[in-house]
Amino acid sequence: MTKVTFIDAAGQSRTVEGQVGSTVMETALRNSVPGIEAECGGACACATCHVYVSPEWTEVVGKPSQMEEDMLDFAFEVRPNSRLSCQIKVSEALDGLIVTTPGKQG
Amino acid sequence: MSEVISTDVAIVGAGPVGLFAVFELGLLDIKCHLIDILPKPGGQCAELYPEKPIYDIPGFPIISGQELVDNLMKQIRPFGPKFHLNEIVDRLEIAGTAEHPLFRVGTDNDKVIEAKALFIAAGGGSFQPKKPPLAGLDAYENTSVFYSVRKMEHFRGRRVVVVGGGDSALDWVLNLHPVASRVTLIHRRDAFRAAPHSVNAMRALVGAGKMDFVLGQVTALKGADGQLSALTVRREDGEVYDLACDDMLPFFGLTMKLGPIAHWGLNLHENLIPTDTEKFETSVPGIFAVGDINTYPGKLKLILCGFHEAALAAQRAFHYVYPDKKLTFQYTTSSTSLQRKLGVS
Repeated sequence: MTKVTFIDAAGQSRTVEGQVGSTVMETALRNSVPGIEAECGGACACATCHVYVSPEWTEVVGKPSQMEEDMLDFAFEVRPNSRLSCQIKVSEALDGLIVTTPGKQG
Repeated sequence: MSEVISTDVAIVGAGPVGLFAVFELGLLDIKCHLIDILPKPGGQCAELYPEKPIYDIPGFPIISGQELVDNLMKQIRPFGPKFHLNEIVDRLEIAGTAEHPLFRVGTDNDKVIEAKALFIAAGGGSFQPKKPPLAGLDAYENTSVFYSVRKMEHFRGRRVVVVGGGDSALDWVLNLHPVASRVTLIHRRDAFRAAPHSVNAMRALVGAGKMDFVLGQVTALKGADGQLSALTVRREDGEVYDLACDDMLPFFGLTMKLGPIAHWGLNLHENLIPTDTEKFETSVPGIFAVGDINTYPGKLKLILCGFHEAALAAQRAFHYVYPDKKLTFQYTTSSTSLQRKLGVS
């Protein structure tokens, strides 16, 4: 089990356990973390699981794929550290990951 | 005057479950009309993941969203369902009696469909344009901010800003360019998801100084009385400035909202419609809810569960359509009467 911290737009922080192999989006939904909608259920088809990866984690998490970058066009207030959380797989290397959710998803 | 269409069952939503409901109802000699806000049948399967594989449709180890929709369309063809696409059901009127209700659903295209039973197969709700989180946006909608173009003439001689990087954004940039006094495209990156020839045409216009492209994002709106005067733009290089404009067209794709169904007097639970698990009927007799839009103990949002729900709801709907007839359950494999309906016997 690895820990993932979600900080919402208002600054409230929630740390939950993520299962290795599941996605950061699934981790949020399974733990009822608000701020992630995941309308398409993880198909990289809606951009409603947009998160900002905390600066110290961007290198470990990596860059979005071409398909994800295309999908990010549908998100709002996209920044260089923007990712879709359905495309980030929880792994040992990501233990302690911190992401911030935007003010509006859909 | 609205056009009034009479049928047996009106189905709100033409996703996979709405389509399969046509099949189950069709076997019982029940005719259907379907209404969907999207321009094509298939719902989420066709809109969100046409190319993506689905692995849990019984009998199909793997099938794409669009293939499933195509197969369903083929399967229901013998029953001649009528589609009302690009239309949203915005009102419902219930007449008749509790035992023999009559439902009149009105669409935003001024049609009224009168049916003896109503199936709500609206999935996650209706697909509607995503609205950017800009303060005061509502005040400009339909006067200075538009999510689609209904009247080109509105834009004549106006300074138009199109936001986005997909086909809708590029198409409207190219279509409005001859009409508007100046067109500006704003996109967060110098890459587009649109057809290459559209992108090339846009770049050529920019190169010739006939329109502008800004690499950046809109952060605020300025204006008064429903009329924009400028957009605050944060450019990719960090510079923030005001861009004078009269109209903005944001294209950020679609999102699902429950929409007008919320006001039909049905019991709702967290934007879902509770039903029984015997006939998937709602709190209003004659109105059924099938697929992702319903909820009951143990509900799973799976296409296969929606198919099951549609089959059971159809059995009950038969009694609203043919109150005096007795329903005998039959198998398509052995019943020549069903096979005749399917056009295979």
